[in-house]
Amino acid sequence: MGSKPRIATVSLAGCFGCHMSVLDIDERILTLAELVEFDRSPINDYKEFQDRCAVGIVEGGCCNEENVEVLEQFRKHCDVLISLGDCAINGGIPAMRNNIPLRECLEEAYLKSPGVYNPLNVIPNDKEIPLLLNRVYPCHEVVKIDLFIPGCPPPADAIWAHLVSLLSGKPVEPDYKNLKYD
Amino acid sequence: MNRVTFTIDGKEVKAIRGQTILKAADAAGVFIPRLCAYRDLTPNGSCRVCSVRVNGRIQAACVQTVAEGAIVENETPELLEYRRNIVDMLFVEGNHFCMFCEKSGFCELQALAYRFGIKAPRYPFLYPKRDLDMSHPHVFLDHNRCILCGRCVRASQDMDGKNVFQFVERGGRKRLQVNGDSLSETDLKATDEAVSVCPVGALMKKRVGYEVPVGRRRYDEKPIGDDIEMKGEK
Repeated sequence: MGSKPRIATVSLAGCFGCHMSVLDIDERILTLAELVEFDRSPINDYKEFQDRCAVGIVEGGCCNEENVEVLEQFRKHCDVLISLGDCAINGGIPAMRNNIPLRECLEEAYLKSPGVYNPLNVIPNDKEIPLLLNRVYPCHEVVKIDLFIPGCPPPADAIWAHLVSLLSGKPVEPDYKNLKYD
Repeated sequence: MNRVTFTIDGKEVKAIRGQTILKAADAAGVFIPRLCAYRDLTPNGSCRVCSVRVNGRIQAACVQTVAEGAIVENETPELLEYRRNIVDMLFVEGNHFCMFCEKSGFCELQALAYRFGIKAPRYPFLYPKRDLDMSHPHVFLDHNRCILCGRCVRASQDMDGKNVFQFVERGGRKRLQVNGDSLSETDLKATDEAVSVCPVGALMKKRVGYEVPVGRRRYDEKPIGDDIEMKGEK
């Protein structure tokens, strides 16, 4: 593997909006591509880690057992782990189910909701489908997270500032306009 | 008029005897963060975000009156840490989903978190089950976002001459209760001050939605307290 620092990214219980915001750094992505090598990420569609990574960027919280496994792998393979966006930080929209019992959520989605066509009246329970957790967990309630970039999605400038800071070793300057929760 | 002189973080401040530290600081252009205190509403000192040290003792600036020669500490690392913790706890105690809240950009809780530079709360989220009262034709009450500041309770009594809101239960179960089976059964009007004083998105007018575009909202560019601090610079 090359000597460039490696970056891995993933979307867990997220909507890929944060990844869109990563792309929103516009032409700076060319500079980024020169400075770093992408490890497993939706950007190159690698499903497994190739090598040790300097930075791991996690979008979304943990809503099922697969999310937890992937997040633990990220923690294992990355020196610095970043929670990117509100879902990773506080569960976000998926966490709106957190005060409703899981069975009620599933019954509403698959059995009771108007317009549901489910003649066998079953809730999907295939081995291939990751089991849902009792509630949605923010990433830092599952593994140690080193940096948080809030926002829905986080502003591209905030993402860029953190990446530059990590690659240059200089601290991130506080930036009022780019600290947003929406 | 009976004047007193005291200091906030070493800056000399002149005030009227009997005035609260918070009011005197506001007039002098020194911002002390607050949530439950609001303009001329009778302060109740419940949120403790305005905690300052007065001659070495922690006091709520919204209820503590000024005294001649008092030494008030406001922006010390210790007090900033206390305030941050209070805001952190308010965030995890309710269900504050800023991403779809109509109050976002105008919310004082959010604005304080921005000002304090909070990127993520340090406490575990509670995700409590709370009710949403949509019964009123023009106003809704979302308990998920309520921080129990009591502004609406006081505004309804003191400014509107009504008694629409009260607190019931205590401690972790404390919640806002309306004077009727639901909000529509009360004499609340959309134009009541009780609705407009809510610092968060708990009491909101219906059919307003996301009226101001992102980037032009109150706290998008400038932090909360900026207007008070501008006064001090003049």
